[in-house]
Amino acid sequence: MKTIYMDNNATTRVAPEVLEAMMPYFGEFYGNPSSAHTFGGQVGHKIREAREKVAAFLGAHPDEIIFTSCGSESDNTAILSALQTQEGKRHIVTSRVEHPAIKVLCSHLAKRGVRVTEIPVDREGRLDMERYEESLTEDTAIVSLMWANNETGVLFPVEEAARMAKERGILFHTDAVQAAGKIPIDLDRSAIDMLSISGHKLHAPKGVGILYVRKGTPYAPFLIGGHQEHGRRGGTENTASIIGLGRACELAKDHMAKENTRVRALRDRLEQEILTRVPRTRVNGAGAERLPNTSNISFEFVEGEAILLLMDEFGICASSGSACTSGSLQPSHVLRAMGVPFTMAHGSIRFSLSIYNTEDEVNFVVEKVPAIIEKLRSLSPFRKTEEVACAREV
Amino acid sequence: MWDYTDKVKEYFLNPRNAGELKEANAVGEVGSMACGDAMKLMLKVNDEGVIEDARFLTFGCASAIASASALTELIKGKTVEEAEKITNQDIAKYLGGLPKEKMHCSVLGRQAMEAALADYKGEKVQEKEGTIVCECFGVTDLEIERAVRENNLKTVEEVTDYTKAGGGCESCHETIREIIARVQGEGAVTQRPKLSNIKKIKLIEETIEREIRPSLQQDGGDVDLVDVIGNRVLVATRGACALCHASEITLKSLVEAKLHEFVSPDLVVEEVKE
Repeated sequence: MKTIYMDNNATTRVAPEVLEAMMPYFGEFYGNPSSAHTFGGQVGHKIREAREKVAAFLGAHPDEIIFTSCGSESDNTAILSALQTQEGKRHIVTSRVEHPAIKVLCSHLAKRGVRVTEIPVDREGRLDMERYEESLTEDTAIVSLMWANNETGVLFPVEEAARMAKERGILFHTDAVQAAGKIPIDLDRSAIDMLSISGHKLHAPKGVGILYVRKGTPYAPFLIGGHQEHGRRGGTENTASIIGLGRACELAKDHMAKENTRVRALRDRLEQEILTRVPRTRVNGAGAERLPNTSNISFEFVEGEAILLLMDEFGICASSGSACTSGSLQPSHVLRAMGVPFTMAHGSIRFSLSIYNTEDEVNFVVEKVPAIIEKLRSLSPFRKTEEVACAREV
Repeated sequence: MWDYTDKVKEYFLNPRNAGELKEANAVGEVGSMACGDAMKLMLKVNDEGVIEDARFLTFGCASAIASASALTELIKGKTVEEAEKITNQDIAKYLGGLPKEKMHCSVLGRQAMEAALADYKGEKVQEKEGTIVCECFGVTDLEIERAVRENNLKTVEEVTDYTKAGGGCESCHETIREIIARVQGEGAVTQRPKLSNIKKIKLIEETIEREIRPSLQQDGGDVDLVDVIGNRVLVATRGACALCHASEITLKSLVEAKLHEFVSPDLVVEEVKE
């Protein structure tokens, strides 16, 4: 069975060009980049090149790039660094729809006496900018807002939010894991102080991430140990993956154009066809500015995990914000924050496309999905009555 | 991805007895869309009290659909009295087991059956008895007590897996902990009456014989009871156990754990060299 992969916000395929760039560094060139000899030094040289490529991609200086192990490590490092370097400040501003790498860290810090303000979003997932402005205080150590939401693709105006923080002397971090490679980022012209990226979301391998730290930003390392990354992140470099990530950033410039034309067109067609063919369906965050590749669709009267498993029978890969998928009993915190009724949140499916998806694949999915939803609705006790029971909203 | 058995997958992909049952004379509806799963069970019971046909409609995940389907297979052809004895464990067993986080699907099945049988007997669909403990999922203290008792649950997480209680805002966790302690306490009293010395020694001997010796002998070792002084249990190790530097760990972890489980949690095991 052919796999139709539409779960690219979970992870992406390693680009063949990236894999090719990495291969020698698993085998022949296994030297330690920190070594004094030529054999290790040549790997160190490739890492410097990778750093330059990443910097060019982000509009940053190579010295501002720290390689980490993943997006979560970058997120954690940014927040903890801001608290450690500004001991007098004990307040964090973030949003209600952040990735767990920020959300869970903040609730953990809240238990240790840090004040956390979570800015709400409206029904389309847009940030409440008035509440945001009000929340900035003299005690605020850092603002952390995601650039693009992983579940809905909704974009936050982080450039504007960063300027507002800067005016007040507050550090600004953005989790750009989903945004990188899909929308333009130019840190040279931005007020963003720190930015996190994950390699495997932009066709590089898993196990490598980036933390951008603007020159002059107070910084304390999270992993303490070796002198690697100029003492800003201890631990021997993940050489092959860093070299791969450098190559992926080079490719991303070219990919980005495709993301915003071809991928956007595929996404729009997938969305329109499903909405047309399946009644009682809606797109979450449709009214907001969104990533070009993401579509979060709710199907009323059915449950997400059941939809995923039936799609799986056809090799279609997507994900769901339903409670049953996550292992928790509550549907996605993002959809709840947007006030999506429970009746819709339980039946939400996220399709996230990439440059590797084709027209044929979209045709296949829009042909299969209506029958899957119809099968599950025929089993559902709510279908006939069409009553919207207990549509409690948060 | 959930680790479902082949039977769960089969009953989800090709559910038996799905759909409306027009000639139903007993209907049970439980759950709600807000909670993420709901079930409607329809039965046709004949004059002899035998369930001739059963159909279901389910809103929920794969295991909720499979549990409902399994339930209809389990009760078809059974009398009302026989059906009343079916537990959530029976539903899970029929499916070759459910992931622990999904046990609440089997509980939903049992609740649907109870509601349908109550409807058949003409009992009013009564308001939920007891007091709501979990506001998020509307679970009462009596429902939690029953799940703890029938499934021997020991932690809040287990209660959440079986009843959903505590799976939302978590503000009821303390109350759930109290209920577990209360119900488990009842068990301890009935299972563990105060032991006389003779009974205690006899029970220790039996436990060593039945629970401990076989596993030690497998590894070429053995253990003998030397004496019991108050709560101190003196034992001597033989064979491989006596030579093994890890014997103290073996004794502590195995012998003491088994004696705590089967005799009394107050016992302390000591090794005597002979």
